[in-house]
Amino acid sequence: MNFQIAVLLGQDGVTNGAIYALLALSILLVFTVTRILLIPQGEFVTFGALTMAAIQAGKPTALGWLLLALVLIDCALDLRQMWKTGKQAGAMNYGEIKWSAIKIGYTAILLVLLHSLTLADIPMLAQALLTLALVVPFGPILYRLFFQPIASAHSLVLLIVSIALHVAMVGIGLLLFGPEGARTAPFSDSGFHLGPVMLKSQTLWVILVSIALIVMLFIAFERTLYGKALRATAVNRMGARLMGISPVFAGKATFTMATFIGALSGILIAPITTLYFDSGFIISLKGFVGAIIGGLASYPVAAIGAVAVGMVEAFSMFWASNYKEVIVFTLIIPFLLWRSLTSRHVEEEE
Amino acid sequence: MLSKTTLSALILSTTFLSSLAHADIKIGVVTSSTGPIALVGIPQKNTVALLPETVAGEKITYIPLDDSSDPTATVKAFKKLIDEDHVDAIIGPSGSPNAMGVIQFAAESGTPMLAPVGTAAVVLPMTEQKKWVFKTTQNDDLIAAALVDQMKQSGVKTLGLMGTADPYGENWAKVMKGLTEKAGIKIVASETFQRQDTSLTGQSLKMLMASPDAVLIAAPGSSSVMPETTLKDQGYAGTVYQTHGAALDAFLKLGGKQVEGTILAASLMLVLDEVPDSASKTIASQYVSDYKQRYGENPATFGGNVYDAGLLLANAIPTALKGGQPGTAEFRAALRDALEQTHELAGTQGVYNITPADHSGFDERGRELITVKGGKWALLK
Repeated sequence: MNFQIAVLLGQDGVTNGAIYALLALSILLVFTVTRILLIPQGEFVTFGALTMAAIQAGKPTALGWLLLALVLIDCALDLRQMWKTGKQAGAMNYGEIKWSAIKIGYTAILLVLLHSLTLADIPMLAQALLTLALVVPFGPILYRLFFQPIASAHSLVLLIVSIALHVAMVGIGLLLFGPEGARTAPFSDSGFHLGPVMLKSQTLWVILVSIALIVMLFIAFERTLYGKALRATAVNRMGARLMGISPVFAGKATFTMATFIGALSGILIAPITTLYFDSGFIISLKGFVGAIIGGLASYPVAAIGAVAVGMVEAFSMFWASNYKEVIVFTLIIPFLLWRSLTSRHVEEEE
Repeated sequence: MLSKTTLSALILSTTFLSSLAHADIKIGVVTSSTGPIALVGIPQKNTVALLPETVAGEKITYIPLDDSSDPTATVKAFKKLIDEDHVDAIIGPSGSPNAMGVIQFAAESGTPMLAPVGTAAVVLPMTEQKKWVFKTTQNDDLIAAALVDQMKQSGVKTLGLMGTADPYGENWAKVMKGLTEKAGIKIVASETFQRQDTSLTGQSLKMLMASPDAVLIAAPGSSSVMPETTLKDQGYAGTVYQTHGAALDAFLKLGGKQVEGTILAASLMLVLDEVPDSASKTIASQYVSDYKQRYGENPATFGGNVYDAGLLLANAIPTALKGGQPGTAEFRAALRDALEQTHELAGTQGVYNITPADHSGFDERGRELITVKGGKWALLK
């Protein structure tokens, strides 16, 4: 092992670590606000990457139709709810109709765009935006359909539903994108020389966007009212509710953010790796290890832990490629031990 | 209430009678059309529709099942086919570990099993149980021998191996160790990786440090691409060899310019236009055009393995019918014996000559050395 190899491995570790950090943060965010361990987080990554790949191949992905189907179910549920509460109150509140119209209209516009544009030829930024516009709405809709009705259930129930959703999404991923791995074109082909080592520009993109996202998350949570509302929900759900913060809003907002981060991570790493319909789980699991290192509570520790996971992974891949996954996932044991010894047990709020 | 019972009894008896009346030949097909090895299973499942429908005046019913790449589910599927459907033979499963787990069930019930899997372990070494198993892919060592010969000719002295950490990669590592020793080629580095790994920097750096003359990548499907592109990214200049696991159009699409010049040995299906006419070429062309007409895309070679299983059965059934009625143990035993007598049968993957000792039965015919030229498969000349 010489300096050059250490730098190359380090570069690799930081790139992967940055993605794991983003996933760790979104897993943590969703968990603290809604008590849901977001197992399908990895699927958002693969959906983002594979949609981008499909768009670059010029294929209007069937994901749009899936979105339309889910939006229609969502709107039907909302309108039924409106009808019921309206009947009880004796006066209809027609706000939901407007919202439903907006949602269906948005999906319709997306579908028209997907089928009318020559997808392979539009600029890459537009392709990325289209991918995000397509994947991100799945977050709030999945929350609405699968978690909102059981929001107050035991966290074990939430976990089981989360696992079920993960399994279903892997299957849907296979159906939509096929069994082949996919890879997208890099944002730019250029590289930078740092001494004897070549740094790929895609690596810099990953690191810069990750840092930018983390800073944005920080600002959003420290400076904006909505961010503070989410933080309040994370600290004390019941208290936040009494203060008039809607748990439905909090759930949908965190899911939107988690999906956005997941899909963006997918778009970022798709040019440097081959992703399959079922790649997401193992990626999000490593983010999860980071989140565990942060005790599922501390954002900075989780981010640092996730970067550490990336580094350990890179170097163990060099020294003992056979045991790479074993080493990475064994990391979780000392931290769990340490956590269980140092923190006192808090009864779960029901 | 009474009428309900009579009705169900009536329905039951009619189904029984009808099933007795037409004792169709029933063949179960177990593929992994979902789950991690769906890549292999989907073309195999699609191929079921192209298998022969009648043989010697007997109608053949195919019962396709999916095992979602899970060996436990494969066992369940086999038990269901054997105990409930009383099939006469089973084609499948798609994966090597899946196949290893069901051999005993096929043997216990005396049902011939035609496995389109890669590993030679399903038929070698031949045992009492494996007598019931036939394998419709070329053994790894047959393909490997072609590659090693080519390496020797082009003056390769040192070789690096990069394989997946699964039975596919492990079997290749084993086969190559034996063959390279004989050929005087030294394996200087051996690295493994997982199909879903997002980065292979560590493995390929280690490979570069050993600087072998050539690198062989043994990985199934699209996972064979990333080791090669990572090596090229880091400036590896030697020749890269691939196994027949890479023989997919997706390999060319994902690899792009970086896989130019790759050498692999695989079935003739990839370079149909360039190989000289042969019985296998005719059958493979027929299969490819039928598949393309039905599904609008070229079949992966994995599908050809199931197609060949159908051909083997169609060839053996007329002889087996003399031994007993379909649906009976005698018929299955006769079918097994007839399969073992297969002589000079051309399939999409080559020519089968099955003997009691060799239940795969391939020779060099049908195995071609192929390279990537101008983003397309081309015969290596």
